[in-house]
Parts: sequence; C-alpha cells; structure tokens
Amino acid sequence: MSRRTEARQGIEVAGALSASSEIGNKTNSLPAGMDAAPNALPQPLSSLPKPPHSALIEWPRYSCALGAQQTVVAIRRAVPILHSGPGCSTKVQALIGQGEGYAGGSTIPCTNAGEAEVIYGGEERLREVIDGSLQVIDADLYVVLTGCTTDIVGDDTASVVGNYQFEGRPIVFAETGGFKSNNYVSHELVVNNIINQYVDPKRDDGKIRAGLVNVFASVPYQDPFWNGNLEEYKRILEGVGFEVNILFGEDSDGIAEWLTIPEAQANIVIGAWTGLDIARHLKECYGTPFVHFPYFPIGARDTTTFLRQVLDAVNPNERGRARAEAFIRREERKFYAHIDTLMDFLLEFRYALPRRLYTLLDASYALGFTRFLLNEVGIIPARQFVCDNTPEQYRDEIQERFLEVSHLGLHTAEVTFLTDAGLAHDLIRLDAGIDPAAHNAALERGINVGGSGSGSDGSRSLIVGSSWERQLAADIGADLFIASVPLVYKLVLGATIVGYRGGIRIVEDLYTKVLDTFR
Amino acid sequence: MSVVNVHTPEVPVREVRLNSITGFFGSARELVGCSHARKVREQTRSFTQGMMCSSTAAFCQLSMIIDAAVINHAPIGCAGDFPQFHVTYRIGQMERGLPPLLGHYYNSNITESDTVFGAAEKLAQVIRQVYRRAQPKAIFVTTSCASGIIGDDIEGTVKDAQAELGIPVIACVCEGFRSKIWTSGFDSAYHSVVRGLVKPPRQKTKKINIINFWGSHIFEELLEPLGYEVNYILPFSTVAQLQWVSESAATIQICPTLGSYFGAALEQIYKVPEIKAPPAYGLAGTDRWLRELGDVLGVRDEVEKLIVREHARIKPRLALYRKKFEGKTAYLTAGAAHGHAIIALLRELGFYVKGAAIFHHDPLYDNEDPTSDALAQNIRLYGDITNYSVCNKQAYEIVNLLTRYRPDILVARHGGMAHWGAKLGIPSFLVDDEQFGFGYQGILNYGERIEDTLNNREYLANFAAKSVSPYTKWWLEQEPYCFLGGEARVEAY
Repeated sequence: MSRRTEARQGIEVAGALSASSEIGNKTNSLPAGMDAAPNALPQPLSSLPKPPHSALIEWPRYSCALGAQQTVVAIRRAVPILHSGPGCSTKVQALIGQGEGYAGGSTIPCTNAGEAEVIYGGEERLREVIDGSLQVIDADLYVVLTGCTTDIVGDDTASVVGNYQFEGRPIVFAETGGFKSNNYVSHELVVNNIINQYVDPKRDDGKIRAGLVNVFASVPYQDPFWNGNLEEYKRILEGVGFEVNILFGEDSDGIAEWLTIPEAQANIVIGAWTGLDIARHLKECYGTPFVHFPYFPIGARDTTTFLRQVLDAVNPNERGRARAEAFIRREERKFYAHIDTLMDFLLEFRYALPRRLYTLLDASYALGFTRFLLNEVGIIPARQFVCDNTPEQYRDEIQERFLEVSHLGLHTAEVTFLTDAGLAHDLIRLDAGIDPAAHNAALERGINVGGSGSGSDGSRSLIVGSSWERQLAADIGADLFIASVPLVYKLVLGATIVGYRGGIRIVEDLYTKVLDTFR
Repeated sequence: MSVVNVHTPEVPVREVRLNSITGFFGSARELVGCSHARKVREQTRSFTQGMMCSSTAAFCQLSMIIDAAVINHAPIGCAGDFPQFHVTYRIGQMERGLPPLLGHYYNSNITESDTVFGAAEKLAQVIRQVYRRAQPKAIFVTTSCASGIIGDDIEGTVKDAQAELGIPVIACVCEGFRSKIWTSGFDSAYHSVVRGLVKPPRQKTKKINIINFWGSHIFEELLEPLGYEVNYILPFSTVAQLQWVSESAATIQICPTLGSYFGAALEQIYKVPEIKAPPAYGLAGTDRWLRELGDVLGVRDEVEKLIVREHARIKPRLALYRKKFEGKTAYLTAGAAHGHAIIALLRELGFYVKGAAIFHHDPLYDNEDPTSDALAQNIRLYGDITNYSVCNKQAYEIVNLLTRYRPDILVARHGGMAHWGAKLGIPSFLVDDEQFGFGYQGILNYGERIEDTLNNREYLANFAAKSVSPYTKWWLEQEPYCFLGGEARVEAY
C-alpha cells in the first residue's frame, strides 16, 4: 500500500465524516453475515463521534425540494407550473423522471426566471405564465411550485396564486425552493397544500364513507416502481374489502378521487417516514385516524402482516373480515406455489448465488428488501445504507426495526444513515478487500481491478441500489438489483416490486440477472 | 472580434456578448440580414415552458475530462444532470476502448441555512474532501442560482484552495438565471479552461484541436494522411492534454455554437487558427470547409484530389436517395449551428424543409466573421427557409406547428422533442452524434437513417391513434406564435 493510499484511508474517511451529519453513531455491533468478509478491515463509521454539519454528496439519489414537480406529474391530468430558473425542471426529470407522464417533461410551464426576475421580482412573469398555462394546457389541476431564485428573492407567490383561486381556478401553490428540503419532504408539503387549497374549500359536508381509505405510500418517481406499486396496494386493499383512494398514477381517478380524501374512514401510510406528516395533517383537519406500516411490504409474509394490521385497525365487520382472510389465503397460496419453484432452484443450483445483501436505498425500501430477502429468499444482510436523509426523529425507530428483521431472531442488520453514497461505496469495497483509493488510481492508469468478493468462495454479494452502483458491483463481483433512482440501466413501465406480486417479480428479475452472468 | 478577457472570473453571457436571441419567427433570409446589419432584436414569449440552463451545458463539457473533478456548488437538485453525462462518459469509454472509469462529480448540498450564512467555507471543506477522495489533477467548481444570488465568494475560495492543494482549482461561473441561452454554459466551461489550465505554447505541434461533444472519431481518417494528429476536446481529454491546446496547428469546430468562444480565445491569445468555414455538412458545405482546411494547413492540392474522389464515390447513392425523397417534407428542431447543418443535409437529400425551430440565434460568432454563418451559407446554397423560428425548446409551439405542417419526417437534436412527432404519427429521430452527418459520408449516413425511419411506421400509427395530448383544442387552433412578441418585431433591413 502506497503512502498516498494510507493517507487517504486515514484522512479521507475521517475528513468526510467530520463534514457530514448523516452518519449514524449507534451501530457498534458487527453486522450479521460479515464473518464471510474476505478481509477484516476496521469499521471506521461506528467508532467516530457524530459530526455536526452535512456537505459533500457523491452519487446523488434524490432531488431538491422542487423535485416535488414529479408528485404533481403523477396526479392524473395535473400539471406543475414552475416559477424557477430555466434548467430546474429538466434537472429534476433527468434524475428521477423516466417518461414525461401526461404533462411533465417538456410540457411543464416555467417562468424561466432570469436576471430581470431576480432583480425586479417575478410576480408579473408568473401571472403571464399562469394565464398561458390555463389556456394552453388541458389540465384538471395546476400546481405552482417555486424554485431557489423565487424563494431567495421573495416573490409573493401566495397573493399571485390567491387571485386565481378567488376566481375559482383549480390552482394551488407550494414554496419548494430547492435549498429548503428534498423531494421526500416537499412531497408531503405539496400534498398537504393541495388538500388545504383545493380539496378542503370544495368539501360540502362532513360525511364519512365507511370502508374508504386514502393510501400514502411511494413518493412518485422517487420510487421508480411507484406506478406499479400503487396498483398493487390498491389491488390488495380492494381484495380485502376496502374502497381505495390511491391518488397517483394510472389506477387513480385523478382529481375526483382527491376530492373525496376528507370522506375516508382511515388513512394508510406505508413507508418509514414520508407520508406521516400528511396523515397527521388529515387527522388534524378531519379527525381521520391513520394506520402506519413502517416499511414497504414485499412478499407474502410482510404483505399479509400489513393487510392484517390495517384490518385490525380499521375494524371491518365479521363477514367482511372472513372475506378478507379468504383473499389473503388465496394470495398466499399462489405466492408460495411460486416460492416452491424458487426453493427448487435455490437448493439445487450448483454454482454461486448471492448470499450477502448490501442495500443503498431509502429507509422504506431498505427495510422492505432486507426483510424479504432474509425471510423469504435466504440472502443474509451485510451492511445497509439508508440514503434518504431520514429526519433525526425517525432514526432510532428505523434502527430498531433493522435489529428485528429476522422472523426467527437469528440475524440483525447494521444500518448506516448517510447521504454521501461515496462513503458507502468505499466501505463496500473495503469489505471486499479492495482499497478504494488504490482502486481509483489503478483505473486511472487503465488497469482493471476486480475484488475477491466474486464467485466460488461463497461470498457472492447482492447490492440493491441505484445505477450508480454498477461499477462497484462489477468491481466486487456482486449482482446489482436496481430499485432506486437514478435508473440509467433499467427501464420501468408498470412493474410492481411490493406486495404479493412484487415479491415474485423481484425473484424473477434478480435470478434472471444472476443466471445471465454465467457462460 | 469580441475581446476575450481571461482576467475576469466570468465570461459575459451570449445575450450581452453576441446579442444572441431566443425568439423570432419569419424567414431565415430576414433573420440573417438583420443579424449581419446588427439590427436583430430579441422577442420574448409571455407563455413559456422549462428549457435547460447554462450549468448543464458547462457540466456537459467539464464532466468527461478524465482526471479532473467537478464540484457543483448548489442545492442537491442541481446535481440532477450527473447521471445522464455519467452514462454518456461510460458508453464513450466503451466506444474508445478505455477502461471503465468513474466520473468524479460532487455536490456541495447548499441548504437553507447556507442561504442565510453563506456557503463559501463549506465549499472550501468540500474542495479538500474531493481532493483527498478523487486525487484529481484539477478541480472545477460550477456555480448555481443559489450560490450566485447569496453572493458566495467563489473566486476567493478557489484561489485559496489552489494555493493550498497545489493543483488548478477553477471557478466556472454558470448560474442558470444569468442567461436564457444555455449555450452560454459552454462558454463558461471553456473560459474556465482557458483561464485556469491552458499554458502558453512551448512550441507548435502538428496537432489539431477538435472541439466536439462525444461524437465518433472520424477525423483521424481525414487528418492523419495529411500528417496531422487529432486532439478531441473537452470530453475524453486529460488535464495535461488541455494545458497544451495552445500548441496546436489549428482548431476545428464540430459546431460553432459549441466552440465559438473557445476557438476565438485560442486564436486571440495563442494564435491557433480557427477554421472559420461552417462545419462540413452537405456537398458544397463540405467542399468549402475542406478547402479552407487545406489552405490553413498548406495542403490544398491533396484536398482538391480528395474532393474529386469523394464526389465520385458518393454521388451515385446520393442520386438514389434524392429520387426516393423527392417531394417529401421535413421539419426539424435543434440547436443553432447544428440545426443549420441538419437543414443542409435534409435539403441535400432532396427534402423540402417546411420549417425549423432552432433553439437560439447568434447573429455572429465570437470571431465576428460572417463567413462562419452556417445559416447564411445555407440560404446561398439552397434558398430561403420561409418558416424559420428561433424557439428555445418550447414544445407547445412545436406541437402546434407539427399539427399544422404534418411533415413526412421530424428530426430533433435534443431530448423531449422527438416524442411529439411520435404522438402525431410522424416518423421522427433524434441525432446524438454530430459527427454522424459530417462530411461526404455523413450525407449518406443521413440518407440511410432517414430511409429506415420512414420505413418503420406501423408502431407509430398504432401509438398515434391511442396517445393523449395535454394541449387544449383551443391552442392547436391558434396561430403558433401568438405568445411571441410583445416587445419588438425584428427591424426590417
């Protein structure tokens, strides 16, 4: 190891830590399944004190607050109107948007704020663009979103949009200047603003429809499988007897459905934390109770747990419950018929299959994948990286859940919260016996480097992450399942990877890819 | 000639430096006339859709310098363009037989408190971290709307970092809100390279700079037999290679909209001659470009022989294509100079160009030489284009026009446009590689691609029958340019 390399290992990781607030400081135990690691290297993340301030992000996998434009694009026949700089919309879509949807991508109206708007204010420009949007774009709902320029300069967007609302136009706004948060957080803000500014004023009486539930699960487009996933949630919740407002995507009735949000008997939040602020808000406004299922349910085990938790909380009558249990039995029967085929394959296949799991995902998917792959497929958790900038108040609870991933209590999973995935890449390389700095230096000299993590020693790994992990996976001989943006190497149309059907889909896609690596 | 000033951290945007515009509708002849008379005026649209910004254009050029790192000093959303250029970089490595390199791209994650307290100190920290992590030979810092408006002292920060780290650390000033012409970002990237990397020549070499994106390597075949070596920049070059672009024998532009500023800067500061003829698209355009190249390099005789040889080679097939495409109509939407190239190619192949929506218009380039005006050359060679519009990716105008014109083919040069052709059942394709249509062979390449595209219509007809449009019936019945204007018409000349 060269001197430069040593210096890099010592200083770089420590230096990066000192400027990042995303690192968990409670994960001291050796991760389960790590005994197979070919090289026992130090665990630098665990021993360091919690740093105060966050900066550098390498391999970004979420967008800024303005990323909520995709939340609007996902509502049928809704269109975002951006009061922002000229490139924002394109950049958001480049990271998290595959496809334009109904009125996303090149259709999105934007003030393209320039010097003039920054110096003199952009309210007049915003009025022009709203006027044009109402004439040119055939939509049921228009959502004005502000960008950095507008929010720093301080345009009074509320009053501009307020005038259109006064005229009865279906238009709302939200302050989403990029620096204010990220698109996990602003998704909640935009949904709440639509409820406050559009749904609530149209609410006529306080009636409640028994059996009607609102579902708040995937952040559209941030979850690349959002459309198919929401379809599966709707399918299974209808299967057990609910009427479902799914609110986004092709299986939703669009704005008509949004207008019935206050009539729901209950709200269902699926996921680690995003969506909770919406449910709390609705509880405050309409007294609607909510059920929180704290990760994405994948496969029969967790999906059945999810459905039963909802059924217990929302309390259907006896006959309804019996029908629901019949649905669950049928779904489980079909699911395990397929898992039977999987067992055949897993136990009889004679060559190396992935046995250790790394995830670089948001908290909802990281937990969902870790649980599913451990309990139903037999892939043991190595390190899990939660990359969604989870708010502090949810981290302890998420950490607890990683300790409880095994249904037999045999395994726990070490979790690290970080937004700079470059650090995660370094740690995974270290696990595989590759010195990250030496690796980069070798690549620059044109030398291909492979790690010792591949093939026949039984330690073949699986990385569930984004397209950013492609070279990392190649270097350590791991398989890569892309379940996060950016999606560069994957095309997703309507596939689901949650619920009963999603579990089967993941297994098929995963092992098809694994088998494709053999000659 | 506009004066290149490397002593200021930023290059003036195109609106200011070149009087470039983003709004016009009329005949191409009128536009060129006004431009050369310096009478062209911007027209603005009251209704607009999102476009693209300078920071993406700057990143597009800086992101594939093999041993440099780029820090995007911005909120995280501004890093949204990282994946698209990373995959371009990686696929380009495959095409060039390079090892699988990773791009060194970082974001400084400007947050709300940074907009209050400033983010310059944070940037200094990030620069140090990046230096340790990537061990780059140079670091570029691209700015953002947020960093620009809060007024971070980027120049001071990078100067301090450069002194501390001993490698070039260079600011690239490319805030999106500064310009409505995103190609200003190319100028920003080149300005930072000229200011921060390029050194005075030690001696002159037989290298020729080729300012391009990431197109195919077609210039070796032309230049190596003439005794010259090609030097593709900026993508896939190294920091060391860029330091000595001042020593080259000439600079070739694949597209003057891209390299206008860089070409002029190298000529002004280091006397590297820039080939001024518009790039070689179409028969006569290629003849002209080659002759100028021959004159600059002192190999005119060889070039004349090449022209004769190549004409003889391509003309029979060209005649077949012309016959096949006779009477067919085309529409295109593309960036300025490359759009002009596509117009030439389509007309060379026998299409009637019903109209064009070109993203912006530079009245003259940085060299201020009217002979570089590809649109003017186009009109001289093939006649006027009556429905010529300058339109910065305003999809609503293009959908309106396509609905009206119903061309036989749509050619697009940027994302988000070809899709609209498909929705209307119009055979469409996107050009990614500028080199694909370059030179004599390029005409045939285009012919083949168009023939394939026209021939493949079942899926389009099927899709068009089922696709939905977000545009109102009202809009599709309006005049396409009814939101354009307000300020001033182009003055007649």
